[in-house]
Amino acid sequence: MVDQDSPPRAAAAPRAETAARSNAARGAGLLVALAVLLAVAAASIAIGAKDIPPHEVWHGLFHYAGSDDDVVVRKLRLPRTLLGLLVGAALGVAGAAMQALTRNPLADPGLLGVNAGAAAAVVTAISFLGVTSPTAYVWCALAGAAAVSVLVYAIGGSRSATPVRLALAGTAVTALLQGWSSAVQLTDSVALDRMRFWQVGSLASADMATVRRIAPFLLVGAVLAFAAARPLNAIALGDDTARGLGARLTSTRVTVMAAITLLCGAATAACGPIVFVGLMVPHVVRGITGPDMRWILPYAAVLSPVLLLGSDVLGRLLTRPAELQVGIVTAVLGGPVFIALVRRRKTAEL
Amino acid sequence: MSAGSREAKLTTVRTARGGLSLRLDARAALVGAALLLVALAAGVVLVGTGDYAIAPGDVLRTLLGHGNPGQDFIIRQLRLPRVLVALLVGAALGMAGAAFQTVARNPLGSPDVIGFGQGSAAGALFVIVVLHGSSLAVSAGAVTGGLLTGLAVYLLAWQRGVQGYRLVLVGIGGSAILAAVNSYLLVKANFVDVARAVIWISGSLDGRDWAQVWPLLGVCAVLMPLLLAQGRDLRITEMGDDAARALGVRVERVRFTAVLCAVLLTAAATAAAGPIAFVALTAPQLARRLTRSPGVGLLPSALMGAALLVLADLAAQRAFGAGQVPVGVATGVLGGGYLLWLLVQERRAGRI
Repeated sequence: MVDQDSPPRAAAAPRAETAARSNAARGAGLLVALAVLLAVAAASIAIGAKDIPPHEVWHGLFHYAGSDDDVVVRKLRLPRTLLGLLVGAALGVAGAAMQALTRNPLADPGLLGVNAGAAAAVVTAISFLGVTSPTAYVWCALAGAAAVSVLVYAIGGSRSATPVRLALAGTAVTALLQGWSSAVQLTDSVALDRMRFWQVGSLASADMATVRRIAPFLLVGAVLAFAAARPLNAIALGDDTARGLGARLTSTRVTVMAAITLLCGAATAACGPIVFVGLMVPHVVRGITGPDMRWILPYAAVLSPVLLLGSDVLGRLLTRPAELQVGIVTAVLGGPVFIALVRRRKTAEL
Repeated sequence: MSAGSREAKLTTVRTARGGLSLRLDARAALVGAALLLVALAAGVVLVGTGDYAIAPGDVLRTLLGHGNPGQDFIIRQLRLPRVLVALLVGAALGMAGAAFQTVARNPLGSPDVIGFGQGSAAGALFVIVVLHGSSLAVSAGAVTGGLLTGLAVYLLAWQRGVQGYRLVLVGIGGSAILAAVNSYLLVKANFVDVARAVIWISGSLDGRDWAQVWPLLGVCAVLMPLLLAQGRDLRITEMGDDAARALGVRVERVRFTAVLCAVLLTAAATAAAGPIAFVALTAPQLARRLTRSPGVGLLPSALMGAALLVLADLAAQRAFGAGQVPVGVATGVLGGGYLLWLLVQERRAGRI
């Protein structure tokens, strides 16, 4: 739900002036956020199991000569950081779009079972269809994510969905699909060994091929989501008002669902299920920008990778020289935020 | 569910001067008997299922003491304890679920939803992966983990009383955190531990022997009658605290006893077979629909739980081969499907 208790900012008397000023402020804020993102990305390239001094990192990035340090920077840390940027942005935008579409403050691709759908599809494909190519994984994950998002949305009650109903539908679908996934894995120990690392949600196995493979899907998904920003603003006011304002409800819903599926499916295929990023960031962003989706989406696209890469760096620092998978860090950080949200909301809104 | 024409027919049995009276629900009694029969029949088939198949007739003959020595050994030492554990665990989970749901006045108020499963999985994994403990220690770890999680979720959901949906949502959040911790422990583990852990945390009946049967039987023999004795008062509390108090029920005491018994029954079941998903959620609801009673009944739920678990184990064994897929996976799939169906139903009735 787009935050309705904050008063519409543009309603003050000298309307155009205030809007212009606050737009300038939001633009400046976005630049600051970008600077933070750059800093985190730099940290993600500079910090890792192997100590590499900053000038060597610089050398590896821009004057690649093939020394050990250069290889670590170019072949391991750079793809990992790029993948973190892409996946983080995808999850944040998908989460923001999902919360606006379902008018539900607790919507998150992980909680609503979209990731479990992608995972179940990949397991099934590995074990039964003998699929081995990573490109095929992406398509399977997309198919699974699409099927589950439609199912959860329909069972959750489509237009009249409440947070509780959606969360429960997501939990039930997740339970069902996890049962299926573990049944497959237990009868196929090779699949179990391969899947247990994927299921945690990790950026560790990133390479440039993965980045190139998922980038087109994420691009299309992001374009679709940004194109739907305006009608999503109208939908926040309720279906009838939105229709009165000239928004085409059905086509908007279809566009946003397609965007969410592309973003989450491709992100999950690349690095496993990562929960709570799509939940936390949009809430923080709404506190900064107010309820306008045209600002929320770009902010989410910049700040979510900050969270994801930050968690990844944290995971590398906490248990050096081993590392904590990023999905674990985000879940442990995000779970308390979710519980706090549940506690804060009035019962009527749940 | 309670359209006028579908109300249960009640018979009342009284002693001559009316000093003692007993309410008999003919339909509930019939359904209960049928469920018991189904559970036992499925149990007999389950005893005969495995690498060495035994016909149900031979199983019965052996159980009555007229079998040949080979079958006698297989049945009494290997298969019978497993089936008894299944029956007891199912009954314990079903009855505990009924008590939870009555106290929460909500079909979703079950240990699965409030994170008990993930919590006990976390406890068990900790013992397996970090402490490399014995199977007894694993059971203890699971029970501790489950209890701590349940308590934490309950306290976090507390804001001047616990409201049903807040409890459910906090449970979902807590489960997500614990799921991450669990997968971390799984990644850290070596391959042998992983196989053991995955089977344990999905809830399995493989390799259960008499050492698991006796303690479980003891716990059930004490707690089930205690809980059943509260059944009548527990039903009345569903009408609301004030009404129940006016009818002479000591609400707090009844509720506390019921929750305590339910928690202990769940813990005992988890210690014996691991966190088996969704039996506590589905059994009471299915039993309520079959008996067409207005609330969930303790005894029908227990019988339904036993029947469900044995049937699920039978299905898992027959579909994937003996010892391949733990029963918890089968109940997870069945229970998830049932939860979806329940959501659709509740939505049609406009309750959620």
